[in-house]
Amino acid sequence: MADKHVSERLIALLSGRGEDLGAEWAEKVTGSLGGRVARAEVERELREIYAALVAALSDGSVDGYDEAFGEVRALLTELSRNRALQGFTPTETAVSVFALKQVLEPSLVGEDSDADAYLRFAALLDTLGLFTIEVYSRTREELIAAQAEQLLELSTPVVKLWEGVIGVPLVGTLDSARTMVVMEKMLQALIDTGSEQAIIDITGVPTVDTEVAQHLLKTVVAARLMGAECTISGIRPQIAQTIVALGIDFGDIVTKSTLADALRHALRRSGTTVSRTAPQAGAR
Amino acid sequence: MTGPSRTSEVLEITTTAGVVQARQQVRVLAQQCRLSLVDQTKLITAASELARNTLVHGGGGTMTALLVEERARRGVRLSFADHGPGIADVDLALTDGWTSGTGMGLGLSGSKRLVDDFVLDTTPGEGTTVTITKWGR
Repeated sequence: MADKHVSERLIALLSGRGEDLGAEWAEKVTGSLGGRVARAEVERELREIYAALVAALSDGSVDGYDEAFGEVRALLTELSRNRALQGFTPTETAVSVFALKQVLEPSLVGEDSDADAYLRFAALLDTLGLFTIEVYSRTREELIAAQAEQLLELSTPVVKLWEGVIGVPLVGTLDSARTMVVMEKMLQALIDTGSEQAIIDITGVPTVDTEVAQHLLKTVVAARLMGAECTISGIRPQIAQTIVALGIDFGDIVTKSTLADALRHALRRSGTTVSRTAPQAGAR
Repeated sequence: MTGPSRTSEVLEITTTAGVVQARQQVRVLAQQCRLSLVDQTKLITAASELARNTLVHGGGGTMTALLVEERARRGVRLSFADHGPGIADVDLALTDGWTSGTGMGLGLSGSKRLVDDFVLDTTPGEGTTVTITKWGR
């Protein structure tokens, strides 16, 4: 059987010069990583993969997606995930696999009978290399999705400012996904606290473009439908000028420059008066 | 005399994350150019509108950003290019409140008012390029 012959050749080669090849492989990979992973660490990773590779080949298979290569794939998954989390590029990650091809090249292309073995082995390493890249990008996607989720959760608190007044301090970019979260949380808080006044503070929103404005307007309309009044605070001078130039019309929505102004306005509307008295000395 | 560009960066805008990146890149350039806070905000907002247009109407594209110098004044020039369907009626597209999507219809006309130079180059069926410049005072 051709596969059998090929894998036998490869095993003979890999185990015959195992030490040399392994060392050379580790050398190439360490070099390509620019010293950001310790040589000993690389060697340990590669030795495991090397051993698993030889074991899989002795099962007589040269197909990277074969069951025999399960162990190799598991090790590559671990390597790829680690590289992705440490911030290495896809090239730097995949080179760990492809470098073995370069290392084996001189020993395999010398004799005629080895051309077939080399091609099969090259195809096998290509498959494993692509597998490594796939795992890499999957890890990065998971990472990004997790971070986006975390940010969404972190950045949308709803706080009670006074009896009947809640505040929603917004920080960062206000896109459709965040608007949904903010709106939901705010409307729920209006019910939970029995409030009729809500203040959306946009001091921490660096850019108010038409999309952000549209989202703000929708949120205010939703609050009104529930019988609550909404004030938007934190309109800084540069934001005010930009909104005017853009031509956005906030209509009859009350806007204030500071959260304090908005709170005073909300209290007045809810019928609460705050008065100043003589400061009390030594209250503690 | 139009001075040579000092730095030119090309950013791919293919997802909403690209729009966020565009804003951040423009902020850095606007600060390098020492634009006033109001001008910085106006430029970033215009960039945000145009980047989103590139994504939503053009199906993705690029932003090329560079610092320019001309007649002893410095500015930031941004060019948004896409290979989308183009704009059939430019006057209509620049009308306040008109939109082909679900937005407010102020993005294109509004960003024109936010910057000093605004050049719209579009061919129906081939794509759209909008180049804007904000000069320092």
